[in-house]
Amino acid sequence: MTEPYNGGINAAPQTPSPGSIAVKLRMFWRKSLNLVMLSITAACALLTVSVLALILGYLVWHGGSSLSWNFFTKLPAPVGETGGGLANAIVGSGKLLLIASLIGIPIGLMGGVYLAEFGGRTFPFMVRYATDLLNGVPSIIIGIFAYTVVVVPMHHFSTLAGGCALGIIMIPIAVRSTEEFLRAVPRGLREAAMALGASKWRTVATVVVPAAFQGILTGLMLDVARVAGETAPLLFTAFSNRYWSPGWNQPIASLPVMIYTYAIGPYEEWHQQAWAAGLVLMGLVLLANIGARIVLSRRASFSRS
Amino acid sequence: MRLTGAPGQPGETSTAGLPLRFKISNLNFFYGPKQALFDINLDVPVNRVTALIGPSGCGKSTFLRNLNRMQETIRHTRLEGEILLDGQDVLQMDVVKLRRRVGMVFQRPNPFPKSIFENVAYGLKINGYSGRLKEHVEKSLRRAALWDEVKDKLNHSAYALSGGQQQRLCIARALAVDPEVLLLDEPCSALDPVTTAKIEELMFQLKGICTMVIVTHNMQQAARSSDFTAFLLDGKLIEHAVTSRLFTTPADPRTEAYITGRFG
Repeated sequence: MTEPYNGGINAAPQTPSPGSIAVKLRMFWRKSLNLVMLSITAACALLTVSVLALILGYLVWHGGSSLSWNFFTKLPAPVGETGGGLANAIVGSGKLLLIASLIGIPIGLMGGVYLAEFGGRTFPFMVRYATDLLNGVPSIIIGIFAYTVVVVPMHHFSTLAGGCALGIIMIPIAVRSTEEFLRAVPRGLREAAMALGASKWRTVATVVVPAAFQGILTGLMLDVARVAGETAPLLFTAFSNRYWSPGWNQPIASLPVMIYTYAIGPYEEWHQQAWAAGLVLMGLVLLANIGARIVLSRRASFSRS
Repeated sequence: MRLTGAPGQPGETSTAGLPLRFKISNLNFFYGPKQALFDINLDVPVNRVTALIGPSGCGKSTFLRNLNRMQETIRHTRLEGEILLDGQDVLQMDVVKLRRRVGMVFQRPNPFPKSIFENVAYGLKINGYSGRLKEHVEKSLRRAALWDEVKDKLNHSAYALSGGQQQRLCIARALAVDPEVLLLDEPCSALDPVTTAKIEELMFQLKGICTMVIVTHNMQQAARSSDFTAFLLDGKLIEHAVTSRLFTTPADPRTEAYITGRFG
């Protein structure tokens, strides 16, 4: 039997022998690098979570004590008097979000349905691109737009103008999230409906949208929660109001604007109220987010594994 | 039931002389520039089971899906040729009416995310049927051999059923509108042997009242349950004959090679 050839690919690899200094140093370097990178990434993750924890902590610490029955039911009191609340701002935010939803939800929903189900190559591409651009427009510019289009012709600030501005901000997110959830519905469901003689629109309305319903709902909930905190567009559309705002044509108070007004004001009572308002707003956002997670987690899966 | 694929009636040696449900002539189909079906001519007799066999990618599903114009849902496809359903041109017909007469069962069970009752009733509702839904639903579920298993839980979600039950639910859903033709695209490929046997039994019982065209990868299934078999290869129809004859004495050497397992 011939000797096995010791050159070429059978040649012994040119590494130093184990146990030598070079090997030990390399191992040490690798392990330290591993540890350092792990620490850095873990620290950054921890930092992210701690920022949220700090914000919540501050809000609860400073604002918790000001939360009272008065806060939710009374109008702002004159400076120096105690017992006032921000009931008008809470209701005001509610009214603004209502108008915003009436504008943003139907347009977003229908637009999302169009993008997911109909259309060819160029037009949907342009629509998607325009939607993404609209999403990137700073909210204060949308506020200026609503000012020009609604406030100026009406000659005064109003709930309607504020609602319009918020509605415009809602549209892109609603469109994209609806589209994503509709695309997630398996093709087989559409084919099954069409094979039974359902027209395209019937298939979409009776099978595809109900199938994606939970996802779409969570997308819209998160959308509303996001615009609830928008302050800039409200500054010159809804403006603000120290009293109740009947109807839809008057300026109206809202939580974010009140936080802004009170936080930069000189009075300590105002600062307390601002903290409390911040806590209420944050509570709303958290509720919407957690609610969305719960709804999504109870979603029935589309196939049996 | 004889062990080899028995024709519907003893003595049938070909489709000649039988009334035809589908008459397909010179069918060519294109996915964009790529041709998938080449000049197919096929007769599908009334109330018999016709099986389509062939290796993967030979165009069986493409061909089947053209019979109820499901291929139109895919972009950039083109169909040339003629498909006649009871003498009427399928391409000139209203597609909704066509799909009411020609039902389809897909490879993977695809029940709607609704209750079992709503699934079966869906076809009836969208076609404007306003009579007694409950009786119709029960009749369809009985025909699909699913009634006994679900009669107490008609309001439960269809997703709570097993894979085999879901497929039988899809069959019940397709049968609910009383189609003249049932197209089955590898209905048992995702199912266990017990459920497969149940579905084949179902096909046997439907034979006298419903024309069936089944695409199958499983040659033994084709041999067991069909009256006529068509062998496709690379988009062309190679041979079409009475099942027992095709499997015992195939005329074309390619058919023989496929059946004996030399390829595919």
